[in-house]
Formats: sequence, C-alpha cells, structure tokens
Amino acid sequence: MSDRGPSLCTVTSPASTDSVPPQLSAGPRPAPGPAADEGLARRLRALACTAPLHDLDVRKANLAGEYTVYGMAEVALAAIDLVTLNMDFDTGADHDQIVARLIPRIAAQAPQRPVVEHERVARWVLENLINVGSVDRGFRAIYGTFTPDGSYVRRDYDFKLIEEVPGPGGTVYLRTTDEAVNVLVGALDTDVTSAQIAAEVKLEVLINRGRLADAQLAAEQARYRTVQYSETLRRALDATRRNVRAVDWLNSVPDMIAEALDHVADRYRHENAILTNIRKARDETEDAEHKRRAAELVDIVKDCIRRHTQLQSRLLEAGPLFRAEQDRQAFATPMVSSGIDLYGHLVAPVLPLPLEQAVRVTDAFFARGTGLRTPASVRVGDLVDILLTPPAEREHLGAEMPEPDLIATPDDSRFSEEQLASATRLLDLPADAPRRLSGLLAEARRKDPELPYLVALLAVHAASPAVGTAYRQGEEKLLFAVDDGTELDDPEFGGADLIVGTALLDSAGMAADRTEAA
Amino acid sequence: MSEHADRSEPDVAAAPASAAVTPADAADAARLVAFGLQPKVQPARDQEYAELLRRYREDSPFARLADAVAAGLGLVVLEVSPRAGMAVTAAEDSVFAVRMGDYARRTSADGSDRFLHGLAHLAVAAMAFPRPEDLADDGYIGRVTVNGVDTFVRQACRRLEERAEEHGENTDPATDAPGLEAAWRVWARRSATGATKDARRLAGSTTGIVGKAAAFLTDSGFLQRTGDDHGGTYRTTARYQLQVRDMAGTAALAELLELGVVPVTDGTPTLLPAEDTDASELVADAGLPFHS
Repeated sequence: MSDRGPSLCTVTSPASTDSVPPQLSAGPRPAPGPAADEGLARRLRALACTAPLHDLDVRKANLAGEYTVYGMAEVALAAIDLVTLNMDFDTGADHDQIVARLIPRIAAQAPQRPVVEHERVARWVLENLINVGSVDRGFRAIYGTFTPDGSYVRRDYDFKLIEEVPGPGGTVYLRTTDEAVNVLVGALDTDVTSAQIAAEVKLEVLINRGRLADAQLAAEQARYRTVQYSETLRRALDATRRNVRAVDWLNSVPDMIAEALDHVADRYRHENAILTNIRKARDETEDAEHKRRAAELVDIVKDCIRRHTQLQSRLLEAGPLFRAEQDRQAFATPMVSSGIDLYGHLVAPVLPLPLEQAVRVTDAFFARGTGLRTPASVRVGDLVDILLTPPAEREHLGAEMPEPDLIATPDDSRFSEEQLASATRLLDLPADAPRRLSGLLAEARRKDPELPYLVALLAVHAASPAVGTAYRQGEEKLLFAVDDGTELDDPEFGGADLIVGTALLDSAGMAADRTEAA
Repeated sequence: MSEHADRSEPDVAAAPASAAVTPADAADAARLVAFGLQPKVQPARDQEYAELLRRYREDSPFARLADAVAAGLGLVVLEVSPRAGMAVTAAEDSVFAVRMGDYARRTSADGSDRFLHGLAHLAVAAMAFPRPEDLADDGYIGRVTVNGVDTFVRQACRRLEERAEEHGENTDPATDAPGLEAAWRVWARRSATGATKDARRLAGSTTGIVGKAAAFLTDSGFLQRTGDDHGGTYRTTARYQLQVRDMAGTAALAELLELGVVPVTDGTPTLLPAEDTDASELVADAGLPFHS
C-alpha cells in the first residue's frame, strides 16, 4: 500500500508509537481486559480526531511567511462550524463560500495584513482539513490495543474531518464527517435524540430566565443536531430508492416515517413556541445587546424550522417513491433466473474479505469482464518518424488566425451623406413655426432633384414619431408630422400634405418623472 | 444459438468433408471475426456485417469456419445474433486480453488500488443488473450512473461497518499487515471525489475510479453514454450482459468458492442479502431521530 506514507497523520504517529511501549515494559503487565481496552481505544480515536487541528498550529511556523499570528486551530474549528451549518439536504457547502466566510475571522486576527494573505490562510486551513496531499484525502492515526488473547496489536485508524462529495453538475461540495461533528460538538457517546430534547428544554428555561447568550449557544447546538438528522435521513431514503426489497415496507418503514413525521411536527411546534417567546423577548427587552442577541436567535430558530420542513417534505416523498419503484421492480414479468445474483453472490461476500483475498475475486472479474482490446501494433518505420518529429509547439495564444480576406462592398445607398445632412438641415424647423410638406418638397427640389424623396421619407416617418424612445433617451426635441386632411399637390408625390414641425420635449421634467416612477 | 468456441473445435475437422472451404469463405469468416473485434460497430448500421451474420446463422459450415478463426486468434465466441453482433471476447492468455497493469498505473505495486479498480468493475455490473432476472432477460437494458455506483458501494460498506460496530469488533487493521484489512474499509476510506486544479475528476478518488471503469467499458462497446448527470450516465448493451453473465460472473464466483466462501442465498432472487434489510440497522446509522 503505497498510499500509506502520505496519509499518515504526522502528529499522531510518533506520539503513539513512542509512548506506549515504555508504559508496558514498566513492571509486570496488569493484563488489562479487552473491555477496558475498548474504552481506551475509543478515547484514543477521539483524541486522534483533534490532532489535525493541533497540527495546524504546529506547522504554521514552517510556512513561507510570518503566519504565527494566526490561530489556526481556531480558524479550523470555525471552518468545521461553517461547513456543518451550510450543509444542505442534497449537496454540501461550497468551497469558495466557506473561504469567503472564514476571511472576516482571519482578518480580525491580523487586521494589518493584506486580504490576499487572509485568503491564503483560509485556503491552507481548509485544504489541510481535507488533507489534499494524501490519496485518501483523510488522516491516519496509529494506536495500540490488546487482543482478547493478550497480544499487543498496533492498529491504523483512518478518519476524515471534511470530505468532498460530488454535487449536481459535476461540482464538488464539502461535508463534515460524523467524526468532525462529534469532535466539534464534543459529545462522543451521547444519544442524539435525547441530546436534542435536552438542548431545547435548556433553551426554553434559559429564555424564561432571560439569559439569551446561553440560549443562543443552545439553539446553535440544536441546529447541529438537526443537520445531523437530515443527513442520516437522506442516506436512508437513498437506500430505499436503490432497492425496494432491501427495506421492510410492510412494517418498519411506514412506522419509521410515521414516527419521523410526528417528530417533525413535535419539533415544529416546539420551535414555533420558542420563536414566539424570543420574538416577545426581542420586542420587549430594553437592552440593545439583548435585542440583538434575540434577533440572532430568531434567525437561528427560523433556520431550524426551515430544515425541519425540508425533512418533512422528504418524508412525504418517500411513499410515492416506494410505489413507483415497486411498480418498476416487482410487477414485471417473472423471468428465468440466470443463477447469478451479482450483489448477493459477489459484491456482498467480497467486501468483508481481507484485501489479499478480495483482490483475487475482483481480479478474476476484471480479467473476464472488461472484454477485449485490439493491441496496437507498432511499425518501426512509423516509430522512427514519430520519434524524430519535433513536438508540436503549443502556442500560448492558440492557433494563428488567418488574415480575413475583405471584399469592399459597393456603396448602394440611395442617398449620400450630404443629402442626409441637407435634408436634416431643411427639417430642422423652429419649434413655433411648423411647415407644410409641399413647401418643404419644393425647397428641397430647388437644391437637389433627389432630395425631395428623402424629405418625404423623413416626413412620413415623423408621422408616427417614437415618442417613448425619445423620452427614454432624454431627447430635447422631436420631429413630428400631422395630417390635417389637406391634399398634397406635387408633381412627384401624392397623399396628405402633412404639417411637419418640431416638438420640444421637457427632458429635465421627464428625468424627474422617471426617478419618481422608479 | 450461442456457439461456444471450444465446443465447435472438433467440428472444424469434419467441416472440410461436408463442404469445400474456399479462400473466399475463409476471408469472409475472418472478416466477420474482425467485425467482432470492433465492439462499437453495430450490425444494424453496417450492411456487410449484417449480411455476414445472416450467413453465419444460415450456413453452418461457414459458422464453424468463423468459430475456428476466432478460436485460433484466442477469442471466445459468446453469441452471434443480430442484436449483439459477433460477440467475441478474449480468452485468458490471448493477445486481446486486458491486463490490469495496462489498465491503470499504480495497480501492479499497490494492492489496494488494484482492488478498487476491480471492485469498480464488479460494482458497475451489479448496479447495471441489480436482480438475477435482469441478467437473464435478454431484452433488459441496465442504467448506471458513476455517482450512483459509488454511493451503492459506500452504502454496502457502511452496512458492514455498522455490523462490525454492533459486534464490538475493532476493524482498524494491524499496522504491519495491510493485506489483512477488510476490503470494504479500503473503499470506505478512499475519498469519493476531490477538487482538482483543472476541474477534472480526481483520478484516485472512488468516483474517478468508477468513471474510468465506465469510460473503459464504453470503449469496449459494453456501455453507451447517455448523459452527464450524476457523474455520467450510461446504459448497457447486449454484449455487456453476455460478458457478465457468461464470463465474468462465473469466473469471479469460481474464485470466491476457491477461497472457501460459499455465498448463501435461499434460492429466491434477492437484490440484497436478506439479513441486511431490516430497518433496525438504520438506527445504528449515527442515530435516526425516529428511534428514541
């Protein structure tokens, strides 16, 4: 196992190997029973979970740069807190978001340092909690126990604090492991349900006595528990989706769902009661600090309620999910069995085997289950060519763009720029003196025989002026044309003799209107 | 109709007596085997392939000739049919066989990586054909996702972990004997995924290993990629079913029996072993809130 080296937890391994043997050699061994040893092993493992945090503070001195001002263990615990609180039902916490939320705390530790450094510290801590360098992305501690027959065995304990899990769309999310939650909450062997009830009772008492600081702590602890519940339930429902028969849908699962719904309803009532109480406390209290604390508490309890609701919706989905899977899996036409049940006959028996034996079975499956590959045959002539071909230079900017072959398009505009300019000049009428189209056309014809067409076009266009656009763009004036019923008398054009004029727009007033409307 | 190569070998000697084999026949038979060596070519999309298949099924001397060509190349004929084509696979010592060392680096030196890659293939098959009926039903098309396979194995590992805890066993392996570590622990402690600098899947993670298996099986014409959800979704082909049913499953089972492990089932097709199915184990799963 070549991954042994990197996944060794550097702090714990020397400690445990050095300290245990001297203890044993001192005097006759008291032959500790396996039961006493088991408790010791459990505590050793619990202790090992804290080692990576201590390790951070030890190793910060080795980093390039002056990082000793930062309390790395504190940052690490904060990171575990953040990940736990941001874990959702389906996914986990977002890596960058966690880094961003860690930065304020890190910045508070060393305000004079640049933000870039704060971010580097946050990333360093988070990566070390994941233990990015090792292939397992976890930690390993070594501890010793006595076997029932009295011999001393040194064992590896593998654990993770923050693990990376796949999210939708190929993204990677962070989750805290049970070990981390246990280390964080500090209750290793307590029953989860009773702990939650205890926390909530405590909270109510605290609120009644007006001790909000402690109440907040209790509420936050209750929320950790709630997150843990959701996580566990998610796993249970996944199992159901995978295999209908794996779960007893006759008795235990319906009972379980009923109990869970009761539980959610109970908690919901409970937390709503708390919410009402705290809201009252928040509104009635005079002390500004109390007010702020109570407001924070309201947010936390709201979050608890949100998570309970989420749990409940999952519980309600379980029934239809079962029926759909039942249809798919159980009501199909019965087939003749091939005799091999891949899971029951192969996967399940292989997993508990020692690695040495299991690998023989998986090798046998691999050798015959992968099909065939046509071996690539090499011609020496090709090989020489391949070896002599210089490696294709990878351009930093990518392949060179071919020079575009531009063809000058003929200018097929009906009117020239000068004509447009003179038409615009002609139509630039004073606001108080509108003119008839006939007059404008006659004047245009004197300048240029083509110009009347453009003027007529502009005038017709002005018959339906884009008032809204001009209004939005803050134009000061707008060309308009109105038909008063007079017939146009012109050699080239027919239709109405429009009255063409300029309307002044109150741009300042319009701007004021706009801001008011917004 | 699935002609097994070694069964047909004695017939080859008799074949020349019944009909004269021309070099053209031999070329056609070899071409059919060559089609079989390109597992991604589908008979329905290639007229020449379909024609050769029809000839194989109708002209029995030609069929024997094709079988003999395959056997001589070190190939085992699994089935010859319009749906699977000329389904051939490599015999154990054939030049066409896939070797673990070529498949993934690190596997020759590292027992645990070798196991993980092998288990990934086994788990993909188990997820693709979750019930024995699925493996037997020729019309069945299995669907797998990369993340689904990983979750499925982790679930099984967690169950074993819980059972060990219930029995008060200490499953942490002895430091100097990594080969004695329980197999499930190897998968359980490998991380499921990991962020990489270039946003690719971390090759050493379990989803990376399963993803590699799925991609490899796709190249073998055993799976077809249907989407990118859940780390990549795939559906099975007829060839994969044949390969698992007739080759891999039996071989692995034989190896398991040789180790003295006799998988016990009560004869009824079970997706999962029955003793794993009670809800009581869910309680052990870090405490469901509904079992106070």
